[in-house]
Amino acid sequence: MRKIEIIGLILFIVGMSVFTTLPFLSQYRLSEELLRSQVKDIHRDQLAELMQPMYGQTYPSTYSFLTAYSSFFQPYNEELKAKEAWDQVIWDDYGFALAKAAMDGPGKTNPWISLGLSIGLIVLGGILFNFSRQDTAHASLAHTGVFHSTLKNGGLLGMLTGTYLILFYVILYWFPAYLAPLVWMVDPISQFLSGGPASQWFLYGLVYTLAIGVMGVRMLLKYRDNRYQQLRTASLIFFQTAFAFIIPEVLVLLNKPYFDFKNIWPLDYDFFYDYQLDTFISSGGLGLFMLIWGILLIVLGVPLFTYFYGKRWYCSWVCGCGGLAETVGDGFRHLSDKSLKAWQWERWMIHGVLALAVVMTTLTLVNYFTSFSLLGQVTNQLHSFYGFAIGSAFAGVVGTGFYPMMGNRVWCRFGCPLAAYLGLVQRFKSRFRITTNGGQCISCGNCSTHCEMGIDVRAYAQQGQNIVRSSCVGCGVCASVCPRGVLKLENGPEEGRIHEFPILIGNDSIKLRS
Amino acid sequence: MDSRHYVIIGNGVSGITFARHLRKGNSQARITVISGESPFFFSRTALMYVYMGQMKWEHTHPYEPHFWKKNRIELLHAWVRTLDFDTKTLGLESGETLNYDILVLATGSKPAFFGWPGQDLKGVQGLYTKQDLDSMEATTSKPIQRAVIVGGGLIGIEMAEMLTYKKIPVTFLVREGRFWEQVLPEQEASLIQKHILAHSIDLRLKTELKEILADEQGNVRAVVTSKGEEIACSFVGIATGVTPNVEFLKNTGLSIGKGVQVNSYFESSVPDVYAIGDCAEFAQSPGPGRRTLEQVWYTGRMHGETLAHNFCQKPVPYQPGVWFNSAKFFAIEFQTYGVVSTEPSEKPPFFYWEHRLGKVSFRMELDGEGKIVGVINLGFRLRHAFFDRAIREKWVGQQVIQRLEEGVFDPEFYAPYHLEIQKAFQDQFGLAISTSKRSFLQKIFGARL
Repeated sequence: MRKIEIIGLILFIVGMSVFTTLPFLSQYRLSEELLRSQVKDIHRDQLAELMQPMYGQTYPSTYSFLTAYSSFFQPYNEELKAKEAWDQVIWDDYGFALAKAAMDGPGKTNPWISLGLSIGLIVLGGILFNFSRQDTAHASLAHTGVFHSTLKNGGLLGMLTGTYLILFYVILYWFPAYLAPLVWMVDPISQFLSGGPASQWFLYGLVYTLAIGVMGVRMLLKYRDNRYQQLRTASLIFFQTAFAFIIPEVLVLLNKPYFDFKNIWPLDYDFFYDYQLDTFISSGGLGLFMLIWGILLIVLGVPLFTYFYGKRWYCSWVCGCGGLAETVGDGFRHLSDKSLKAWQWERWMIHGVLALAVVMTTLTLVNYFTSFSLLGQVTNQLHSFYGFAIGSAFAGVVGTGFYPMMGNRVWCRFGCPLAAYLGLVQRFKSRFRITTNGGQCISCGNCSTHCEMGIDVRAYAQQGQNIVRSSCVGCGVCASVCPRGVLKLENGPEEGRIHEFPILIGNDSIKLRS
Repeated sequence: MDSRHYVIIGNGVSGITFARHLRKGNSQARITVISGESPFFFSRTALMYVYMGQMKWEHTHPYEPHFWKKNRIELLHAWVRTLDFDTKTLGLESGETLNYDILVLATGSKPAFFGWPGQDLKGVQGLYTKQDLDSMEATTSKPIQRAVIVGGGLIGIEMAEMLTYKKIPVTFLVREGRFWEQVLPEQEASLIQKHILAHSIDLRLKTELKEILADEQGNVRAVVTSKGEEIACSFVGIATGVTPNVEFLKNTGLSIGKGVQVNSYFESSVPDVYAIGDCAEFAQSPGPGRRTLEQVWYTGRMHGETLAHNFCQKPVPYQPGVWFNSAKFFAIEFQTYGVVSTEPSEKPPFFYWEHRLGKVSFRMELDGEGKIVGVINLGFRLRHAFFDRAIREKWVGQQVIQRLEEGVFDPEFYAPYHLEIQKAFQDQFGLAISTSKRSFLQKIFGARL
């Protein structure tokens, strides 16, 4: 390893350590005033009284603070539930808000220093490390050694990375109060962008965007002689930074609804939820535009763009999940399962999730327009089930946490309902295909090995058959890694796109159905 | 339907292609494939990628294990030791025997060794089989001071690339005056040689192996070259070509030349015994300009396809189409379509273009009437279907160049080399042709020339 590489690595490790340690360096002290500022009107007096014993106490850790909070809050709430006094039960979770308000620690007192020493060092170290690593090999040789790497081949480092990611997602979704010390350090940035305080989601969005940026730089360097890879990486960085991160925050600053203009239902599964629709309708012209824009993307954008370019226009050029998979997840792409069995699972699961999303949304809309209260209960339960199982557990914990175990596209392949929708269009009505170059395939298997979607590309290439698979996100790595120039991603006439009976060029003895 | 027992010796691409296509055309036949090398068909061409950690061994298998069962192709992991054509019986190393109705020999090749002193020492090997890969991994599992590769062809440069991955210094001995002289004309060879040198390979042209020296344990210690130089090394890769793997077939009554002698129906001198792939030697060249021994992946596959057809339908003689081949030298891809002379004279005319950075080139050979006979392209990709058609239909050079954009197979947004090629062609031949233009999107986002 060279010097700059070592420096980068050290900075990265120091940054990660600081990031991980910061949540433990905080203490908590609650006052009635603070509490009153954080809870809704209807709960204010009740909670202020309940939490009386906590005022003025110093809690040395997030855990002790939350335990104390629960010990006063839970019995009260449970009692109401036991009495079936449903209208008095407090459904809101104030854990994060109270923890953040009551916290004291370096993230709050010195946000910029904390930020610099944690995320700042991670970013700097990452960039230095990547810059020095990627300056020798040609892109087509850039995949050597992945199966000799403990990080990239499911070794100890890979398992540790996966565990860390899984823990991070579990905390983010279900125990966000523990992130309060980190959220404080990004508060100034949030204040600058949206004029409001940061939430755990803002922290997540920032980290997510920076991760795509830093690892995107790695992709740009790794593929410096592959313009296709460079362009789509630049596109992913752009859409994440501008559309997913900055614009929604600025909208909030301008007192408009938070909205990601490139997020499409059913990936954006709450687009048609009643509170969303109410927000759109009550936010004037722009709100209405957002609603119409979102619907246009679903009914026109997806079919049209996918017809012309394949689902890659979204999955590997625009999408945020795709953005993370193609940058942070690039080193894990070869870990996807290529077996026929996996493909069978994939089809049931992804179309199952699509069906679930459609049913849930239909119910929601019926409920919205009829105000039918019985369905209201069902939809609420469906919403919380979907949000928990698909939105959080599948897309987040499994989707990203399992990068080092199952490859970088687990969510996109097995779970994303939008990918399923795009895939149906791509399979049945599109100009996109991966063309096989006559008889040049040598069955080496590089394409299949490095396909992040687990497509057995070789199975098609070796019989001279174009690849027209609904799951293909058009990342282009099969074409890049092919040592014989056999694969090319193309948009072309629908005629001749699907080879029912492919013929390998070069043998004049017979015309054979492979 | 024909329910005979077809036994195939060898589970490489030709044997397996034969078995697969036979099953497609005949659901009754009993099919057995015997191999001592590996239990399952694997892609020999991917051995280097396993060594370089770019693939795992199981990734080299084009079919999952359940495929064989589903298609009722019985796989026998064993070595065949004896053949009795009278009783149609094979004797296996284990002592078991196996009867066949039809025997297909698809035993492939083995690295050619030319009797160098010391060629049997530990650390000297070719690269052809799974076992070769294993032994190469074993020899180089610990850092070694230097490796010497003998033979300036495809396997030689692959081995050099593999060793370079492990940061082992490589000396590359090439007997001829340039790299891959049998196939590459001077300019292409020199382009590749620069690329080899850029990867810190110690390339020695016009240098042969004379002798391999041993240390006390019988390991390689050094080689001596034809120039009398002694080069210390712990690994010697022999890549001086391959020879049909037919040793065990000699003295069985089968007519053997360099390989198993067959006619254009792959019939050997013994009834019901056929040979395909690397081990088959045709009595006559199967097509203009083609060798009687065809030892590449593609021809092995075509042999298998054709013979299977002949058992399922009306037999046809093997008749290959326009020649094609491909390879990769470190980062530079090579493709060829048709026939290109390695020592082009003034007549017939040829066209050669090379990119200013010296990593991309295009050559088109024309016949006396200016019609295309072959191309060689380095560093960029050409479309097989386009050139197969152009050569088959004997397009004039002008037409090929004019339509070259259709013939380019590079990924989207890559540098449009065809524009420069068109310009260079106009300049060389003084012909006005309508050239392609870059699209608006290409102009903004595409790679520069």
